[in-house]
Amino acid sequence: MKYKLIDHTADLGIEVYGTGLSELFENAGYAMFDLITDTNRLNALSETTLNITGEDWPDLMVNWLRELLYFWTGRGLLVKIADIVSISEYALSANVKYEPYVPERHLIKRELKAVTYHQIRVEQKDAIWEAGIIFDV
Amino acid sequence: MELIKIDEYRWEVPKTGQMRVPGIIYAGESMIESIKQEEAVKQVANVATLPGIIRASLAMPDIHWGYGFPIGGVAAFDWETGIISPGGVGYDINCGVRLATTLLTEKDVRGKLEELVNAMHRDIPSGVGSTGSIKLTYSEEKKVLKEGSKWAVRHGMGDESDIEHTEDFGCMQNADPDTLSDKALERGLRQLGTLGSGNHFVEIGMVEKIYDPDTARVFGLFEGQATLMLHSGSRGLGYQLCDDFLAHMTKNVKKLGFEIPDRQLACSMIQSDAGIRYFNAMACAANYAWANRQILMHRAREVFQKVIGIGPRNLGMNLVYDVCHNIAKKETHIVDGKKRTVCVHRKGATRAFPPGHESVCEKYRAVGQPILVPGDMGRASYVLAGTEKAMTETFGSTCHGAGRVLSRTAALKKSKGRSIQRELEEKGIHVRWTGRSTLGEEMPEAYKDVSQVVGVVHGAGISRKVAKLRPMAVLKG
Repeated sequence: MKYKLIDHTADLGIEVYGTGLSELFENAGYAMFDLITDTNRLNALSETTLNITGEDWPDLMVNWLRELLYFWTGRGLLVKIADIVSISEYALSANVKYEPYVPERHLIKRELKAVTYHQIRVEQKDAIWEAGIIFDV
Repeated sequence: MELIKIDEYRWEVPKTGQMRVPGIIYAGESMIESIKQEEAVKQVANVATLPGIIRASLAMPDIHWGYGFPIGGVAAFDWETGIISPGGVGYDINCGVRLATTLLTEKDVRGKLEELVNAMHRDIPSGVGSTGSIKLTYSEEKKVLKEGSKWAVRHGMGDESDIEHTEDFGCMQNADPDTLSDKALERGLRQLGTLGSGNHFVEIGMVEKIYDPDTARVFGLFEGQATLMLHSGSRGLGYQLCDDFLAHMTKNVKKLGFEIPDRQLACSMIQSDAGIRYFNAMACAANYAWANRQILMHRAREVFQKVIGIGPRNLGMNLVYDVCHNIAKKETHIVDGKKRTVCVHRKGATRAFPPGHESVCEKYRAVGQPILVPGDMGRASYVLAGTEKAMTETFGSTCHGAGRVLSRTAALKKSKGRSIQRELEEKGIHVRWTGRSTLGEEMPEAYKDVSQVVGVVHGAGISRKVAKLRPMAVLKG
């Protein structure tokens, strides 16, 4: 399981899993767009590289998701895949594949307005990495 | 967390640990148990640790869990020595409400509700990423950010009396568009004149009951009157702006010289470059929201005129007032007998200035500032007036609305198998919405009972009930 929804009174939270940090960050990106639309129906029409920095793992996660969310909120682009090319606690580089939103082909399930720092966590539990993120909706 | 009962409506969070002041939560006996369970009480205590906070970390009866600051939170900081925090304002800067009256009665509109709400659905862009019919250039956008409501009126979308009856006359003068990132400016280009989604709405209602006839008369309210209420904020521009500043302040939090208990309380000293930049940027978003609500009201005026088939004079749609729910203001308050300049953060809280206050427009000065408290779409909304007690206790603040009680997932689960639309129609309320889950997520049961919330602020004396409104038709984003 890549992620699951978490209950929150006013907003939307997710818990994401990965066998390593690369997979965790990829699954977080996937989860976010899966909340927005049906990612299975997206095509990878265009590609770009994203470089993100952060003060620590949670900060890196928030900055990563904020940049990805801007693809949608700022440019109307839906991300199908975000592959982590390299990652450390202070920086990551990723290949992002996306296509523009077309109302005749895509269904928007819900709007995510922002990635918050509220209860942000990135931690290791036994062999699995876990992240908790809350979105403003 | 431990709460000490002060009286029927006030509960103290005792000053412990790093708290600089105590917390005070306004709530009723029946609400306090569920409030105690909430993370929100911890958040009230967390806010009390921030430098420059004066008197107490406050929360209104619609308190609920937010990020950093609780929703329903009010906190004032010394203008010279205190902090300013984007989390204390909220993502949706100047999310707020406006109420307009008409010369029509409930009887005049009852037969036309379907038509009205359908026309509004058509003419008022709403929902996910909606773009509006107003296309701005960057230079025009900057004018919107500097002028607020005035920009809309200058472009034929309203009149001077609308501006008179808006908090801060629809414009915070310190707005500086140069403080906004390219991303924020870009998001603002295409969303002016749109409603937004989530709990934003346009509502046609009626005045069901008058509690204070003298004040109601001054506000222009009469029983049976058809009204228009709208709830919307600064759209993507405000969100992006909050995001940008939170990211910047969080990055530099270690340089502040004090610990903060929660990342989302990231802040700067007000008297710092970062603090001043945020305040001046926030003002831009506030002005955008006021311009937006002015435009939305204008569109609603046009819809009414078209559907009912009357001209503006016979419709007589007049703005009662427009209030902010998410904002930080520079205000003067008396603290321990002395005048102090403070930065009041209201996140999910409304200004409630008393009779005689110079910031209340002339027409209302004798009775106090109108306060608009929307409930959920199935029950009531209220009009209140500000009081002297609010000035002495809560920095002139009161509640803002019902507050959620069910999470969106829980609300959706509860609404499964039910037709919320039909349930509302059986109560005589017509609903239109955009977005698949909106109605389930926004159903009445997902919210606290606003009558209870209003009962507390009225009982505590920080606001006075003036009138109760009932919804007849709702357009949700």
